[in-house]
Amino acid sequence: MSLIEVKNVTKIYTNEGVETPALRGVSFGVKKGEFVAIMGPSGSGKSTLLHILGFLDEHTGGEYRFEGKNVKSYKPEEISNIRNSRMGFIFQAFNLLPRTTVLENVKLPLLYSDVPPESWDAMAKKALESVGMLHRLDHEPAQLSGGEKQRVAIARALVLEPSVIFADEPTGNLDSKSGKMVIQTIQNLNEQHGHTIILITHETSTAEHAQRIIRVMDGAIESDTKVTHQRRADEGYVK
Amino acid sequence: MIFSYSLKTAVTGLKTNRSRSLLTILGIVIGIAAIILIMSLGQGAQQLILNQVQGMGSKTIIVIPGREPKGPSDAAQVFSDSLKIRDFELLQNKENVPTLGSVMPLLFTGVSASYGSETYRPTIFGVSPLIQRIFDLSVSEGEFFSDDDVRARANVVVIGSKVKEQLFGERFALGEKIKIKDRSFRVIGIMPSKGQVSFFNFDEAVIVPYTTAQQYVLGIKYFHRFVAEAVSQDLIAQTVADIKVTLRESHKITDPDKDDFFVQTQEDLAARLGLITQVLTLFLAAVAAISLVVGGIGIMNIMLVSVTERTREIGLRKSIGATDRDILMQFLLEAVLLTGTGGVTGIILGGTLSIICAFILTNFVGLAWSFQFPFFGAFLGIVVSGVIGLVFGIYPAKQAARKSPMEALRYE
Repeated sequence: MSLIEVKNVTKIYTNEGVETPALRGVSFGVKKGEFVAIMGPSGSGKSTLLHILGFLDEHTGGEYRFEGKNVKSYKPEEISNIRNSRMGFIFQAFNLLPRTTVLENVKLPLLYSDVPPESWDAMAKKALESVGMLHRLDHEPAQLSGGEKQRVAIARALVLEPSVIFADEPTGNLDSKSGKMVIQTIQNLNEQHGHTIILITHETSTAEHAQRIIRVMDGAIESDTKVTHQRRADEGYVK
Repeated sequence: MIFSYSLKTAVTGLKTNRSRSLLTILGIVIGIAAIILIMSLGQGAQQLILNQVQGMGSKTIIVIPGREPKGPSDAAQVFSDSLKIRDFELLQNKENVPTLGSVMPLLFTGVSASYGSETYRPTIFGVSPLIQRIFDLSVSEGEFFSDDDVRARANVVVIGSKVKEQLFGERFALGEKIKIKDRSFRVIGIMPSKGQVSFFNFDEAVIVPYTTAQQYVLGIKYFHRFVAEAVSQDLIAQTVADIKVTLRESHKITDPDKDDFFVQTQEDLAARLGLITQVLTLFLAAVAAISLVVGGIGIMNIMLVSVTERTREIGLRKSIGATDRDILMQFLLEAVLLTGTGGVTGIILGGTLSIICAFILTNFVGLAWSFQFPFFGAFLGIVVSGVIGLVFGIYPAKQAARKSPMEALRYE
């Protein structure tokens, strides 16, 4: 059974009576443990697709099943709950809370979870350890480099051991060296820890780190191919 | 989300914008401080008035001529000549008012008194020696006049410390003669300085026998007041009733509505004056409360700005699992914390200002003022400031909770 199953999903934005289709019927599935890159130029609909997959937006047509259950049947609290415990988000702009320590930032999802507070510190430290940021616990985001910030954001996405991690242009704001480290971390999460990852990017070199690339163009899937030679982060990351 | 963490989140949110938070609560601080100060001063004034009234003795009953003033149009009726010597004699008769301890006529007027070339305008009181007990007066030099002096219409005076100072300065006053209305009066006693007692300042008084005041100073046959004392405090009501019956009989009045006199007890007076200060205090506190509304609007304004500024934070929190309710609680708690902190600060500030005011009134103005902390006002202040946070925080908090996570994350 696929973790994520979309069938003929459409999304139409209505603004002042004008309908703009962003997705024109998209179908694919993602299995547990897969590392999928969604590629496409600006305006292709890849971000809209990610938002729908991550419960941040609602589709207007078709069917989306998450863990076998139709998404339309979820109540608002269940949606928040799934975002909290089953999904992790990594954003291009990091979105760390300013003037809040690294540890507190990583603990943030725990605040909204059912996990008892006694185990919060241990869980946050474990997540930070897996991204190699344990040495920066008491730093504030302003004191970190871009790459470090993104790794903290990854730790935050990981802290509740989600079923799937959504990464929206995670290297978009980073220089090539930091970008390389971040993509290596993400690849590592997939290979060493078995996390399912859906990555959005417009760069082929970044996308090639995944096992599979879905190319989106004008709101429809152009191609869905397996990566024959999966790029390794240490093989040179080209921005 | 666990409440203590909601609280922690809200505190962190406020700390992030420390100086703005402080400026925002200023309105609430000033509003609450003003209310506390006004209520403290009001209670202090009330206490002061009660102390003044009680300075006359709680068993004291005062009979005043004229109809009791019930409104501004009755004011003209206050002055009257209805209290006569016959009434005084009737009141003294134990058969008429058995529970009456003692009764004294009282006359007062302001006329010039002179000694040599010095002139002063004291208040002249025409009384009996009973005044010493009723107003707790004594002489530091010489003696008080006696009942014999009253009967003899003796031209003797007891003068207050200020009168002595104004007319005689450092000179010896006892036995000297002062002139009032072209008549000579011998100074037989001097009272020590006592300050204000029950609205009378006896330091500025010249006290003469009431018979002397009637004949030689005022030239009248009636009295301005009867000052009586009940045997005990429980018998005041009985005494007042008997006095009324006696005087009505004497004045041939059958309908109590047509009374040409009225009786005031210390209790009545205290209650009435207390009510006046209470109403005044409440009125002023209500005016100060307007500033709280203004402060509340300020809070709402800043909270709306804060919600807009932190749109991305809201988006992030929602994307990692915060429910609408979590976001609502966070911003509502921030608003209530802001106003609550403002309220507590305002109470401390208002209390401090009240202590300073009490200090100034006692030491520089010379009032027997006592600092009163308005516990009710403080309680009300905390409740009101919390409610203001809720009322003015709910709209911005709802705005925050309603944001779509995707839109919020995209917000630049």
